[in-house]
Amino acid sequence: MSPPLLGSKKRTPIASALRRAKKGRRAAFIPYITAGDPHLDATPRLVEALEEAGADIVELGVPFSDPMADGPVNQRAAYRALQAGTTLSGILDQLTARRDRIRVPIVLFTYLNPIVAMGVDEFVERAAHAGVAGVLCVDAPPEEIEHDLVAELRRRGIDPIFLLAPTSSRERIKRVAKLASGFVYYVSRLGITGEQAALAPQLISEVKRLRRRVGVPVAVGFGISTAEQVQAVGEVADGVVVGSALVRVVEEGAEAGLSTAEIAERLGARAAELLSNR
Amino acid sequence: MAKPRLSTSYPDERGYFGPYGGRFVAETLMGPIEELERAYRKAQKSRQFRRELEQLLKDYCGRPTPLYHARRLSEELGGAQIYLKREDLLHTGAHKINNALGQALLTRRMGKPRVIAETGAGQHGVATATAAALLGLECVVYMGTEDMERQRLNVYRMRLLGAEVVGVDSGSRTLKDAINEALRDWVTNVETTHYILGSVLGPHPFPAMVRDFHSVIGEEARRQLREQTGRWEPDVAIACVGGGSNSIGLFRAFLDSRKVRLIGVEAGGSGGGLGEHAARFEGGSLGVLQGTRTLVLQDQAGQVAPTASVSAGLDYPAIGPEHVFLYERGRIEFTSADDARAVEAFHRLAHTEGILPALETAHAIAEVLELAPRLGRKQIVLVNLSGRGDKDVESVMAWDRRHGEQAAEDQEDPS
Repeated sequence: MSPPLLGSKKRTPIASALRRAKKGRRAAFIPYITAGDPHLDATPRLVEALEEAGADIVELGVPFSDPMADGPVNQRAAYRALQAGTTLSGILDQLTARRDRIRVPIVLFTYLNPIVAMGVDEFVERAAHAGVAGVLCVDAPPEEIEHDLVAELRRRGIDPIFLLAPTSSRERIKRVAKLASGFVYYVSRLGITGEQAALAPQLISEVKRLRRRVGVPVAVGFGISTAEQVQAVGEVADGVVVGSALVRVVEEGAEAGLSTAEIAERLGARAAELLSNR
Repeated sequence: MAKPRLSTSYPDERGYFGPYGGRFVAETLMGPIEELERAYRKAQKSRQFRRELEQLLKDYCGRPTPLYHARRLSEELGGAQIYLKREDLLHTGAHKINNALGQALLTRRMGKPRVIAETGAGQHGVATATAAALLGLECVVYMGTEDMERQRLNVYRMRLLGAEVVGVDSGSRTLKDAINEALRDWVTNVETTHYILGSVLGPHPFPAMVRDFHSVIGEEARRQLREQTGRWEPDVAIACVGGGSNSIGLFRAFLDSRKVRLIGVEAGGSGGGLGEHAARFEGGSLGVLQGTRTLVLQDQAGQVAPTASVSAGLDYPAIGPEHVFLYERGRIEFTSADDARAVEAFHRLAHTEGILPALETAHAIAEVLELAPRLGRKQIVLVNLSGRGDKDVESVMAWDRRHGEQAAEDQEDPS
C-alpha cells in the first residue's frame, strides 16, 4: 500500500498547474467538456486539443441521466454521451489507457450516483490508477461525503474540489475551507450551468472576499462564455472555468457529422479565441 | 432507556432515517435549505401557524375527511371489514392539499412571493396552484409532457387556478424530469421562490416536513375508527406508494403499534423488467437521486432507469428514504399491483361502492381485493383512498378500448 499523501509536502498536479499559471501572472484556464460526447473515443483527442489551446486543467463531465444542476447545453451533451454508451467505468478505462499521453490535470465533474453505484472505494482506486487529479461531486455538499469519498480521495492524492456559491453562509465557507485542496470552484451566479450575456455585477467583489477566506486558489465558473468575460474574471480569480460555450462547439460538430479531428480543431480554435483577450 | 419511537424519533438532525435521507444538492441550494429548515422548525412551534393551518384545513379543505365502512365491497369479498379514509373528498380531490397548503403558508412566513412545484398525476400541481391562488402567490408547475398528455384535465385545472404549467420534454418526460426542472428553477430563483415539493422525497427537511403535514390523515382515521368500531387500530393498513406521502400520512399513526400490519403498494406497471414498472422494492438498489439517499431503480452504471405505470403519480424511480428505513426495520411490507389489476380494481370500486378512485389509489384497492378475502370477518382493513378518479376517466377509457379490442382480436385469432 502506498503511504498516505495527506499532509505530505508533495504538491498535487492541480496545485502545480495553478502555481504555474500564477507565476505567469495569469488565471488558470479550466475548460469543461462532457466525457463521451459525442462518443468516448473522441474524448482523449478533444482533451488534447484543449491542452494545446492553453488549458491548465481540464474538467471532464461524467454524464448522468438526471443532471439537475445543468442547463440545456450540458443536458444534451450528457444525453448524447449516454446514448453512445458512456459509463463512469468506461471513462476511467479510457483515461487509464491514455494516461501517458494526457499531461493536463483532469478533474472529474460528476453527480454522486454513478460513484455510489460503482462503490466509493473502487471508484477512488480506479481514478487514482487513471491519473485523475481532482473530483468534483456537484450534488454532494462536504458534510455528506467528508468521511468517505473525500477522505479516500485525499488518501490517494486526489484533490476533492468543492463548490461555493453566492448563497453560502460564513459557516459553510469555513467548512469548505477546512476540507478543500486544489482549488475551490465558485459558482458565479444562482442557477444552473450555461452561457450568460452579462456577469453578475457583484461577482468581482465576492471573489476577492472569498479568496481571502478559503486559503486555496479560487476558480470561477457557471455562465462564462466570452473572451471578455474570461479576461474580466481572470483579473480577480485564480482560475476561470468555461463549459457550455465549448460543449456547444462539440454539439455543433456532432450535428454536422464532423470527424473527431475536425471537432477537435474547432474546439481548440474556440478555446484559443476565449483566451485571446488575455 | 426507552426504545426510540419509530413515529417521532426520525430523522436525526442531519435528516437521516438510519442510512437513508440526507441532503444531496448543489452548494447553491444548501443555504436556502438550511433557511427553510429553520423556518419550518419555528413554524412548527408557532401556535399561530398551526392554528391557521388547522382552520384552513377544516373550513377550506373539508377536514376531517370521512372514514367510510365499505360494506358492499366487504360483503362481496367475504372477509375483512374494509374502511376507506376518504381523502378523495378533500378539496382538490386528493390528500396533496394537506402538504401544499402547509408549505404555502410557510412560504408566506418566509416572505417569498413565488412558489414552484412538480407534478406527475397533476394532483400536487392542482393543490399547489390552489394554495397559491388562496394566498396570492405566483405559481409555476413543472410537468412532464407525457404526463400532460395523460392528465390533460388537471393541466387545464391548474391554468384555471392561475398557475403557469411548464411542460418538461427531457428524459422520460414524467415526474422525475419535472422534479429536475423544478430544482433548476429553484436554484436560479431561490431568493424569491419556495419549492413546494409534493412528496416525502428530496433533501432534508422535505421528507420529514411533507410527512408531518400529512400525519393528520392517520390521526383522524385512528379516532374515527375508535368511534365507529370501538377499536383504535385496524389489523391492516394499506396505501399506494409513489414517493410515499399518502402512505406515510396514514401509517405514521400506527408505526408504534406493532400489531398493525402496514402494506405499501407500488406500481407493477406492465411487466417485471427494468423500465416496465416502478416497484423499487423489486429491483431497486441504493442510490442518490434528487437530493436523497434511497432506493433507486437504476442500471449497473448508476444511470436512473425509466419507469412505467398506468398511473402518472406512481411513475417514479425512487422512493422516500423513510420508507426504505421502515421496510428494513420490518415495519412496512411492500407489494405491487400491475396496471391490469389496478384498472380492474378501479372498476370494482366504482361498481360496488359508487366511488371512482384515482388510478394511483386503485393500486391500493387491488391489494385489498387480494387480501381481504383471506382475513376473518371481524378483522379490519383500513385503506387510504388518497384521491378521486375523475382525472383518470380518459386514461381508463383508453385502456378499456385498447384491451377490449385486444380481447376481440384474441377471440377471432386464438393462435
